[in-house]
Amino acid sequence: MELLNTVLLTVSITLMYSSPLIFTSLGGVITQRAGVDNIGLEGMMAFGACGAAVVGYFTANPWTGLLVGALFGGFLAFLHAFISVTAKGNQIISGIAINFIGLGVGIFITRRLFNGAAQSSTVPNGIPKVMDLLGLDKTESRLLQSAEFDVTVIFGFLFAFLIWFILYKTKTGLRVRACGEHPGAADTLGVNVTLIRYICTTLSGVMAGLGGGITALSIAYRFTPTVISGQGFIALAAVIFGNWKPIGATLACLLFGFAQALTVILGGVPWMPSEILKMLPYVLTLLVLMVFVERSTPPRALGQPYFKGQS
Amino acid sequence: MKRKLFCLLLVLVLMLTFVVSCGQKDDKTKGKKVAMITDIGGINDESFNQSAWNGMLRLEKEGVEISFLESAKEADYKTNLDRKTEEKPDLIWGIGFMMADAVADASKAHKDQLYAIIDVGYPDGELPNAVGAMFHSEESSFLVGYIAGHMTKTDHVGFILGMEGDVMFRFQYGYLAGVAYAAKELGKEIKVDCVTINTFGDTAVGKATATKMYSDGADIVYHAAGQAGSGAITAAKELGKWVIGVDLDQSPLAPDNVLTSALKNVDQAVYGLSKKVFDGEQVGGKTFFFGLKDGGVGIPETSSKHVPKEILDKTKEVEKKIIDGTITCPITEEEFKAWKEKLG
Repeated sequence: MELLNTVLLTVSITLMYSSPLIFTSLGGVITQRAGVDNIGLEGMMAFGACGAAVVGYFTANPWTGLLVGALFGGFLAFLHAFISVTAKGNQIISGIAINFIGLGVGIFITRRLFNGAAQSSTVPNGIPKVMDLLGLDKTESRLLQSAEFDVTVIFGFLFAFLIWFILYKTKTGLRVRACGEHPGAADTLGVNVTLIRYICTTLSGVMAGLGGGITALSIAYRFTPTVISGQGFIALAAVIFGNWKPIGATLACLLFGFAQALTVILGGVPWMPSEILKMLPYVLTLLVLMVFVERSTPPRALGQPYFKGQS
Repeated sequence: MKRKLFCLLLVLVLMLTFVVSCGQKDDKTKGKKVAMITDIGGINDESFNQSAWNGMLRLEKEGVEISFLESAKEADYKTNLDRKTEEKPDLIWGIGFMMADAVADASKAHKDQLYAIIDVGYPDGELPNAVGAMFHSEESSFLVGYIAGHMTKTDHVGFILGMEGDVMFRFQYGYLAGVAYAAKELGKEIKVDCVTINTFGDTAVGKATATKMYSDGADIVYHAAGQAGSGAITAAKELGKWVIGVDLDQSPLAPDNVLTSALKNVDQAVYGLSKKVFDGEQVGGKTFFFGLKDGGVGIPETSSKHVPKEILDKTKEVEKKIIDGTITCPITEEEFKAWKEKLG
């Protein structure tokens, strides 16, 4: 019983921690597969978290909030697409700028709407939980309480599968990957590189916005300047860790969530110093990287703007 | 060209965000002048900056000329301190331990300007023109621990600590002592889970840690972990458990689940210490502690919503005993062990 409870708790904490990461890193996979680097995921998450929390607060509907969060993230990513694809600017610099803008404008918006406060008020309704939706009464059952998780986790896995399917089993996916490997060749064959890169980059922002929105609406229940503190970068690492594959990135996010869950489950054990525990996720990540992951190969044209006619 | 223009635009947007978010306001009334520099939260942060500003507003009612500058980022501390120093007010407040170094530097550079800072105690006499204001957080933590001890139905409570350190241990050992005191009164054992999460910002870790504590059987969790601790509040909300807030009355975050909060009344410290300066007291180089006695810490009125009256009355008794010195609150592990032995 005790063991089962611990296992369930570990699973649910893993899912809670990794679901925003999964969404965001899937976004990262899409855009990088199309050849556009996006290190602005952190800022897009923050901006999405702001949109989701603000709208979630005023409409009391988490789904409207999440939708607006996705739009907020998509808006920033569209900006990034403009700089990277049309203006052919440096994608790293643009990404850094977007990290600042996302958080900065997010705080600016909350200050306007919440009487000068840098954080939003608490949203009345968070993202629904699976057990609640199933109508299970968990007040009496400790196991059900431990096993509870957000319904968005399921969407995360669905998205991972969907994106894998599109990228590897459809013509569209082939075109997207071609834009990331050799845009010149793709262009010769009549693929609209500009359009595909625009769409993929914007989608990455939509996914990051969803990730940020989920963080705001299911973990913090509001927007604060620190609600997104590094998740965007972890998701970015998960993209590379997962070898630019949707399923790989998802597994990487789960691994990271699991490591975080372990620190929590082992927390409070007297013989374990909390500082060592805090390092656990990173040590575990390095170990897995050394032992299991084959050489990761980025898309060949990643980060390079495409000039028409270039071979 | 297009690209350059766009980059320029980006930079402009960025600058605008910072400029707009650090507005400035100067009020002119008679008498003494006190200025305050906020840290990144700004004066409406629903946290200690706002509380400090409320203390300033109380001074204004007494004819003091008050003003403030908001810091949008850490680099602003120094500039803001310098700007205010040029106005030569009687006292400049820096709000929060983040400004410790900036205030120390400013006080070394401007020997004739008096500075004060919240949550920092410089070594005695090291900076003759800087004064620290700190809080007896162990006293308020003792009170909430006492309430938790009386309210727990599972004889099991939890405590989440943001970061280890002398200032933070006051929360932990004050709370442990309060719980132990209540347990002694009730003649039972109460288990306390203590976990340090090493973050003040990561809400997810705070939430997961609290969820684990509740799952292990704790029915009340007290957090001293800033934003990370607000995750403990959402966990309590989702699971229908009790949680105890910190620094401010956190009941608005989850009115049905926040049992009480261990308040830190920064306004009281700002007001009290400023008055000392106006009274001509030599405060430079010293550190002042604010506790239950002078209203520097405490528990909010809203506690009566969930805590039964008889327990609150008992808590009032305990408060009196702490104030008159009958009960001393431990602030380190050694002190706590000795304290507990004495309790029996």
